Amino acid sequence: MSATATRYQRSDFQSDQEVKWCPGCGDYTILASVQNFLATLDDVDKEKHVFVAGIGCSSRFPYYMDTYGMHTIHGRAPAFASGIATANPDLHVWVITGDGDALSIGGNHLIHALRRNVNLKILLFNNQIYGLTKGQYSPTSEVGKRTKTSPMGSIDYPFNPVSLALGAEASFVARTIDMDRNMTADILTAAYGHKGTAFIEIYQNCNVFNDKAFIQLTAKDEKVANRVYLKHGAPIVFGKDDENGIVITSTGAAIVKVADVGLDAIHVHDVNQPDPSVAFAISRLSHGPYGPTPVGVFRDVPRPTYEAEVTRQLVDAQAKQGPGDLGDLLASGGTWTVT
Amino acid sequence: MTQDTLLADPEVQHRDRIVIRFAGDSGDGMQLAGTRFTDASALFGNDLATFPSFPAEIRAPAGTVAGVSSFQIHIADFDILTPGDAPDVLVAMNPAALMANLADVEEAGLLILNSDAFNERNFAKCGYDVDPREDGTLDQYNVLSVPMEELTKLAVVDSGVRGRATLRSKNFFALGLITWMFGRTLDPITDWIDKKFGADQPVGKANTMALKAGYNYGITTDAVHYKYDVPPAKMPAGTYTNITGNKALAWGLIAAAQLAKLPLFFGSYPITPASGVLEELARQKHFGVKTFQAEDEIAAAGISVGASFAGHLAATGTSGPGVALKSETISLALMMELPLVIVNVQRAGPSTGIPTKTEQADLMSAIYGRHGESPLPVIAAASPGDAFSTAIEACRIALKYMTPVILLSDGFVANSSEPWMLPDVASLPEMPVSFATEPNGEDGEFLPYKRNEFLARPWAIPGTPGLEHRLGGLEKQVETGNVNYVPENHAAMTELRERKIAGIAKDIPPVTVEGPENGDVLVLGWGGTYGSIRAGVLRAQQAGYNSVASAHLRHLFPFPANLGSVLRSYKHVIVPELNRGQLSKLLQAEYLIPIESYPKIMGVPFKATEIQARIVATIEGDRT
Repeated sequence: MSATATRYQRSDFQSDQEVKWCPGCGDYTILASVQNFLATLDDVDKEKHVFVAGIGCSSRFPYYMDTYGMHTIHGRAPAFASGIATANPDLHVWVITGDGDALSIGGNHLIHALRRNVNLKILLFNNQIYGLTKGQYSPTSEVGKRTKTSPMGSIDYPFNPVSLALGAEASFVARTIDMDRNMTADILTAAYGHKGTAFIEIYQNCNVFNDKAFIQLTAKDEKVANRVYLKHGAPIVFGKDDENGIVITSTGAAIVKVADVGLDAIHVHDVNQPDPSVAFAISRLSHGPYGPTPVGVFRDVPRPTYEAEVTRQLVDAQAKQGPGDLGDLLASGGTWTVT
Repeated sequence: MTQDTLLADPEVQHRDRIVIRFAGDSGDGMQLAGTRFTDASALFGNDLATFPSFPAEIRAPAGTVAGVSSFQIHIADFDILTPGDAPDVLVAMNPAALMANLADVEEAGLLILNSDAFNERNFAKCGYDVDPREDGTLDQYNVLSVPMEELTKLAVVDSGVRGRATLRSKNFFALGLITWMFGRTLDPITDWIDKKFGADQPVGKANTMALKAGYNYGITTDAVHYKYDVPPAKMPAGTYTNITGNKALAWGLIAAAQLAKLPLFFGSYPITPASGVLEELARQKHFGVKTFQAEDEIAAAGISVGASFAGHLAATGTSGPGVALKSETISLALMMELPLVIVNVQRAGPSTGIPTKTEQADLMSAIYGRHGESPLPVIAAASPGDAFSTAIEACRIALKYMTPVILLSDGFVANSSEPWMLPDVASLPEMPVSFATEPNGEDGEFLPYKRNEFLARPWAIPGTPGLEHRLGGLEKQVETGNVNYVPENHAAMTELRERKIAGIAKDIPPVTVEGPENGDVLVLGWGGTYGSIRAGVLRAQQAGYNSVASAHLRHLFPFPANLGSVLRSYKHVIVPELNRGQLSKLLQAEYLIPIESYPKIMGVPFKATEIQARIVATIEGDRT
């Protein structure tokens, strides 16, 4: 991040609307992280940013940004955003969504945006609960979770959002934690630099309906033991004094004691690996924020963006056929003249 | 034989109009044979109208009635309005095609049968107990039995096509025979074959050989008493092309984008019978058209709304089931007050219904089929060619009033064709759009919901400095567009949205009447029934019922301002519709006058004779 950034302040991205999330909500931190990040982008006119959201607590986000924005329909934000980005590839289109919005009602749009590689930055605020409707289980809630709609415990097997995105062959996949502003800033920077769909899962605490869902990654004592930071080009080690490491075996990723296998045997993280299989294996180390959980950038590979391909076909067609002429078009099916 | 020698030959049957239907298995290539004959007739100068009919399954079991596909063409030496009620000539490639279509054929009509397919196996497949050619079933018709498969096989021996594949060319044999019967030349068809299949490719050679064999069969068997002469029509001077509704609609969208000087964006999901619009637009990339085949109907609408926000002329296309899925997004576009054209090519419903059959039963859905108070303009195309200017009109309203517009077509308009006089491109009226570029508030702020004299709000597209704003589905505050839940504001915004759409009535042409300005009967229609209604009214007038007029609505919401007074000028108002009386109900609710609904819900268009009979029954009923 540039230390000399002076063109914009965080306040340039704050709208005049009162922020109405519950006091203590993780969304505030994420809002600040995003506004602070945008203020570092000297080379981007702020009117080029568009924030698109679906429905849910997180999806109120565009109202609080002094940018172009759209608060759309539950689950459908990736569709609206894809239309904006395809129509005008010069824009920077951000999608703000939640676990219910993106993975339940909007699951279809999410996976198709990921496979198309539209140039969208998708921030999925995962709080593992329906907050706006006041506390029903979500597609990322753990099995057995008791909520208003699952009084005997949820029987729904949850999604691991990172695994899902990798399964859809997203070209950029990352995970961060609301409270970890530095990691969030680094990941936003990497995502912004990626051409194509960037998918970022953000563990976000809902202190009203699902407090402490991520306690194993945020409590002082446990976070050292459980945060597995992924750093490109470095062996994946974690825990007190980096005593644990990750190895890739024929059946997947596994946690070992570094002392047992030696540092050379530890898997060196490579975000540029074209095949998503190893990243997927790493994503399976935990199915949710329980125990050792990888955070950081899982995957960052180049692939042509959808809108660039759309533009290329238009240019090719015009090069071959010349710019369209309406009179020629109307006569293209064969004509006859009556005098 | 030239036109002159035809006229001189007493054995040739001279007709001012004739209806031909090609029928066979869905794999027999009947649509292709029909469209080729259509083009040949168009180039010859006939007026014409066509009506393709397909089974819902791509390939239903061969030889069964369910698998029969047909293509009907009506050609005439005068201005005709419909694809015809009853075929004078039926080409039946197998017994199932005969069984499915025989009841429609005119008395003493000509049946051209592919005798090679008339065998016990095929009789059993479609349910004939005995050979219909031998039990008296066909006694009242003229029958021409031709061993088309055997002759095709022999004809294509040197083409390079071998085995059963040779039979694929039998539709060209049938086409060749028909082409000879109607005195058309083979050139437009062989040119097309050369372009489509390659003149030196085995398939191209086989098709041309079969075509010529069919043509020569007519000459050599001296079947001259089956020869027809339908001279060219006297049509208004101009340049014509033969066009289907889906194609005309797609071209209308392209034209509108040029007139508005905006790029066209079309987000859609394949669905019968609307896919043709997406397919046609996908071919026109050199016009800068962006087509986006979305993952589902909902996404197709959302993607298009996104493109509209970004400043494109955006449209989405679908049929009834897809409109149901898009309705939430249409409401959002209405709330955001963004221009969007939603094309609904209606088909027989409800649910999956009969996807390949036509219907007009989505009118209420178009006008009222959304949650909340959500008025938007609804317009409909009357014929294949009319879809072009209707599409332009839909775009004009959407852009001028910043609103989603529903454009209704139907399966009949979409797939049938007619000669269409090309408009003078230079004379199409421009409809320039100006994006907001400056703040419009008194304190230098941007008010995204401040309205102009048409109650339209400004269109400020992302990338415009200083006009950053947020749109959304939550209720908006008047002018600022900020989220607002105040009761009086909700009432004010609801009323503003309603007045904006109601005001469009002042901006559309009055409904015009064809026929006397007052009298006994007005037949009022909308959408794809135009041709049937006009033909039926003309026939009633020719039969001496002169106090009959017709009128046709393009604008269905809001109605043209003069509609009420027009309706009150007739003793009877008959409204034929391919639904259970939806327009009738709307008219009665709006104008509090009795309407005589004439519904038809069989998946097929009205016949002109049905309209004529309905008019006659009404007038004769008054006399008794």
